[in-house]
Amino acid sequence: MANQEVDQSKRRFLIAATSVAGGVAAAAVAVPFVTSMMPSERAKAAGAPVEVDISKIEPGSMITVEWRGKPVWIVNRTQPMLDALKNHDDKLSDPKLEVTSQQPEYCANEARAIKPNLMVLVGICTHLGCSPSPKLQTGADMGDDWPGGFFCPCHGSKFDLAGRVFKGSPAPVNLVVPPHKYLSDSVLLVGADDKGAA
Amino acid sequence: MADKNTQSRAANLLAWVDERFPLTANVKAHLTEYYAPKNFNFWYFFGSLALLVLVIQILTGIFLTMNYKPEASMAFASVEYIMRDVSWGRLIRYMHSTGASMFFVVVYLHMFRGLIYGSYRAPRELIWLFGVGIFLVLMGEAFFGYLLPWGQMSYWGAQVIINLFTSIPFIGPDISLWVRGDYTVSDATLNRFFAFHVIALPLVLLGLVVAHLIALHEVGSNNPDGVEIKKHKDPKTKIPLDGIPFHPYYTVKDLVGVAVFLMVFSAIIFFAPEMGGYFLEANNFIPADPLKTPPHIAPVWYFTPYYSILRAVPPILNSQFPGVAAMGLSVVSFAFLPWLDRSPVKSIRYRGSLYKKWLAAFVVSFLILGYLGTEPSNVWGQFSPETFFVGGADRATVVARIFSVVYFSFFALMPWYTKKDQTKPVPERVTA
Repeated sequence: MANQEVDQSKRRFLIAATSVAGGVAAAAVAVPFVTSMMPSERAKAAGAPVEVDISKIEPGSMITVEWRGKPVWIVNRTQPMLDALKNHDDKLSDPKLEVTSQQPEYCANEARAIKPNLMVLVGICTHLGCSPSPKLQTGADMGDDWPGGFFCPCHGSKFDLAGRVFKGSPAPVNLVVPPHKYLSDSVLLVGADDKGAA
Repeated sequence: MADKNTQSRAANLLAWVDERFPLTANVKAHLTEYYAPKNFNFWYFFGSLALLVLVIQILTGIFLTMNYKPEASMAFASVEYIMRDVSWGRLIRYMHSTGASMFFVVVYLHMFRGLIYGSYRAPRELIWLFGVGIFLVLMGEAFFGYLLPWGQMSYWGAQVIINLFTSIPFIGPDISLWVRGDYTVSDATLNRFFAFHVIALPLVLLGLVVAHLIALHEVGSNNPDGVEIKKHKDPKTKIPLDGIPFHPYYTVKDLVGVAVFLMVFSAIIFFAPEMGGYFLEANNFIPADPLKTPPHIAPVWYFTPYYSILRAVPPILNSQFPGVAAMGLSVVSFAFLPWLDRSPVKSIRYRGSLYKKWLAAFVVSFLILGYLGTEPSNVWGQFSPETFFVGGADRATVVARIFSVVYFSFFALMPWYTKKDQTKPVPERVTA
């Protein structure tokens, strides 16, 4: 007690040690709070595949189904539509499907499909997530050289009937083809393929 | 006799309080003995009006939460229930939705006052920075609040804005997922946006407002002449010669502003609560449909200048990130003003023509970008394909690009043009 000198270095050490311990505790406590904002187990489980009856889609028309809260389009393309896909490769950003994350391997073909006529696409623009409007017919309000496809109303991205993006669109890559397989001639399963669920 | 008794009883009560809580001291420090420059003009109404709108938003918000349901399958219907079945619910909701737009009206005018009179300059940099913080939180409040009615515009607006984060390199997709709490905008998103909107951000907002006012009352208000009234004090009383007590002089002046503001505010609520689609967009009266985007989506008017800048920047290297970064920078740029401005004078009254021209160009850019943001990018059609350099491009996009450059030049070139400008001599004391 006689010694009134303050040991400054010991004091500094104790302050630093307490701060570090407190800081680590605060960071550790932040983890559960931050993690609680990630998708819950229920949200993760809700991504189950959906079965779709495809027998009633007229050639040249499409239907929209919901998978994981997103629109999935199934377009029944006519033969002229399929033939026209080859004619505008020079206007596309990625005609050869080099960004491989946008479709499963079994759809990395000219039609981007298992059965050439049936196009399965996630109807969410790869730009900022709006849902493009179908403009399946050639010409009309899209201008005379429009080959048919999809037009995103939010920022003007354009896609062809295989979901491939046209040059000059704000969307950087082609529309996504989800994993899918045919359970029979008339039933399509969206969200799972032979490798399992997506 | 009775009068005297009551008086002394009141005085005793006040003394009792003052011994326990510095009530009189605070009233003096912030009202009766807070000396504000005597030459405040029209532009000085908007600070107190912003405070008034904040109170309106909190009050009406509390009453809306009594009937609103933050659940995806019930939210839209609960807002319609407020509108149709709750007594006076329609009025309270319109007060809140009009209040949101009017908040931005008064805050933009308040910020413009800061620009023209140099209120962000030393020693008021922290007041300005707290103010920029308030502005950012306010934008967050508006964004989170706009999802709650769960209409088409709520849904797709949130979808687009959250997807903006996706373009941040590497961590972007995880950030969007974390903000949404689901793979798409869903009930989880709505529920947390409700939490942010009604408790998290309002608390931050109130804290920032208190900090803004404490900093203001520490250094004192600027004025239209941009001179420091504290330089010339009465030698005996130490009161600034050009200062007058905030209360009663400016409380009374501000009350006039409040009266006029409430006339305008009520007129909008009674006669044009949707303001032709600018305050409440038509598409938001359709319930959210995750499978169908409305044909034209645009943010509410107060976000459109920044949204225009986002659209104007083309993707670079297949990435939308440069546009997102430019939009972020366009908002944050205001924070740098205290250090960009190198002029020897604060107020526009003593600045030269160079600064005035740049400020005018900035205001014009802000308004044109704001207008273009409310319209689809093909609103003015396309240039003919033969036009030099811009052939085939949307006219509006080219115009937005030009004015985005002007917008950023106002900030980026400020150190140069404020230094070069021919300023006029500043008077020692305030003028009128």
